[in-house]
Amino acid sequence: MKNKFKYLSLLVLIMSMTSAVFAEEVVQQAVPTIQDVVGKVDAVQKNANYVWTLIAAFLVFFMQAGFAMVETGLTRAKNAANIMMKNLMDYVLGSLAFFFIGFGLMFGTNPTGFYGTDGFMISDFAKEKDLWVFAFWMFQVVFAATASTIVSGAMAERTKFIAYLIYSAVISAFIYPVFGSWCWGGLYHGKGWLEKMGFIDFAGSTVVHSIGGWAALAGALMLGPRLGKYGTDGKPKAIPGHSITLAALGVFILFFGWFGFNPGSTTVAGGDAAKIAVNTNMAAAAGGLSSMITAWILFKKPEATMTLNGVLAGLVAITAPCNNVSTMSSIIIGLIAGILVVISVLFIEKVLKVDDPVGAVSVHGVCGAFGTLSAAIFNESGFTFQLLYVQALGVVSAFVWSFGLCLIMFFIIKKTVGLRVSKEEEMEGLDIMEHGNIAYPDFVHAEK
Amino acid sequence: MKKIEAIIKPFKLDEVKEALSEIGIKGMTVSEVKGFGRQKGHIELYRGAEYEISFIPKIKIEIVTQDDRAEEIVEVIIKAAKTGNIGDGKIFLSEVQEIIRIRTGERGTEAV
Repeated sequence: MKNKFKYLSLLVLIMSMTSAVFAEEVVQQAVPTIQDVVGKVDAVQKNANYVWTLIAAFLVFFMQAGFAMVETGLTRAKNAANIMMKNLMDYVLGSLAFFFIGFGLMFGTNPTGFYGTDGFMISDFAKEKDLWVFAFWMFQVVFAATASTIVSGAMAERTKFIAYLIYSAVISAFIYPVFGSWCWGGLYHGKGWLEKMGFIDFAGSTVVHSIGGWAALAGALMLGPRLGKYGTDGKPKAIPGHSITLAALGVFILFFGWFGFNPGSTTVAGGDAAKIAVNTNMAAAAGGLSSMITAWILFKKPEATMTLNGVLAGLVAITAPCNNVSTMSSIIIGLIAGILVVISVLFIEKVLKVDDPVGAVSVHGVCGAFGTLSAAIFNESGFTFQLLYVQALGVVSAFVWSFGLCLIMFFIIKKTVGLRVSKEEEMEGLDIMEHGNIAYPDFVHAEK
Repeated sequence: MKKIEAIIKPFKLDEVKEALSEIGIKGMTVSEVKGFGRQKGHIELYRGAEYEISFIPKIKIEIVTQDDRAEEIVEVIIKAAKTGNIGDGKIFLSEVQEIIRIRTGERGTEAV
């Protein structure tokens, strides 16, 4: 009873205080001018932009977990700890590399159109006192990390860990940001030669996915196939991954993260994001359906891993054109990507004889290139050969830049620290030999 | 004394165990094993490439019993584990020299 009285009197006290505050405000507030109102509306929009861009950045960050699950699910248990370390460390090193070097190269003042020259270590904040650079940086660093993490899947189960650390830092510090400055520099202080020509890559089919995919191709080519992947007759053999469950979880996480990747690339809280979200969703759905049907026709079974790849193929393909095509076009783009990815996986494995355990080259390289071209083919405001030419130029320059430079980089790594683990280590598993860990000690025995 | 080793299909384990409990069998050892016989392996599919699983997962049940109960147990296992399809498994019977219960040191039929 005593307590109740105490609370009641406290409540009365608080109420009287707040009403006093309100009374004071009313007295002080003059009639607001139009400028006041405009200023307040602007502030609301600005704050909403911060919120949306940061939420989208955090969604894209979570895609790192998605990549980790897809890659480990599609490879063997004896290399699971190694894959976790690679996916963790590419973000760790990528963050630092992008902070010190990458961001400035990508978004700094760009007099030549080929690389940025200032704004390293977020130094613009000291000059401009604008917190926006932090939100923008956060959104960009997760993209840089996505580009470098793509490579790890194609090179899984046989790459030396130290070699991985080196190349993932080089990709985040140099290869990705320089290409990025050609297309996206204008989002901040730069202006790249490709964007000056009108190149469309809204959220990064080329800038992020193709750059990662072609780097992955160079890496897998330089490494050679895993032991036992090809028989003496040259025919590819299946090396089943250890968990389709984890691979599927990874695809769901990536799908979820993509709602930050594409709609968030507006970096503006506004209606465009809604249309982009629907386009992204429909392309992924269409990609899943067409890849399943393709697998069903070719293998007589609706094979799970190909269908999972098909969803990702649709997502990668819609990333460039998500803001300049209709939803119906998005479905067509997804359908084509889903068929393309299955054919590409088989082509790379059977004809090129390159061992890509997770299909990273097909999903990110091939479907990234297709998506970039489709931004011209399905352009809502009309198809022109001029735009198709510019898009094709972007696709080709991404291939030359990323594949060419990565071949050189992997060659240097091969000749210095070494690119591939020993045969014994590969057979025993990278977990125990590289890290001294076993991913599942009480659960299953690592297969020899 | 006899040891009965039965290799059966994994999903038949519960039925076999139930049937054995019903005739009063109080203990058995079960292990997960892999192997092949007339059934051979089977073909699985992964990313468009077929691969053969030559060792198929099976369950091995081991029971040690007095001589006069062995046939009865064999009959019960056959009845419970049989599907009529290839791959139902096999039963092996063998002589056991001695049984010793670790806790008490009892030997022979006492220890069954």
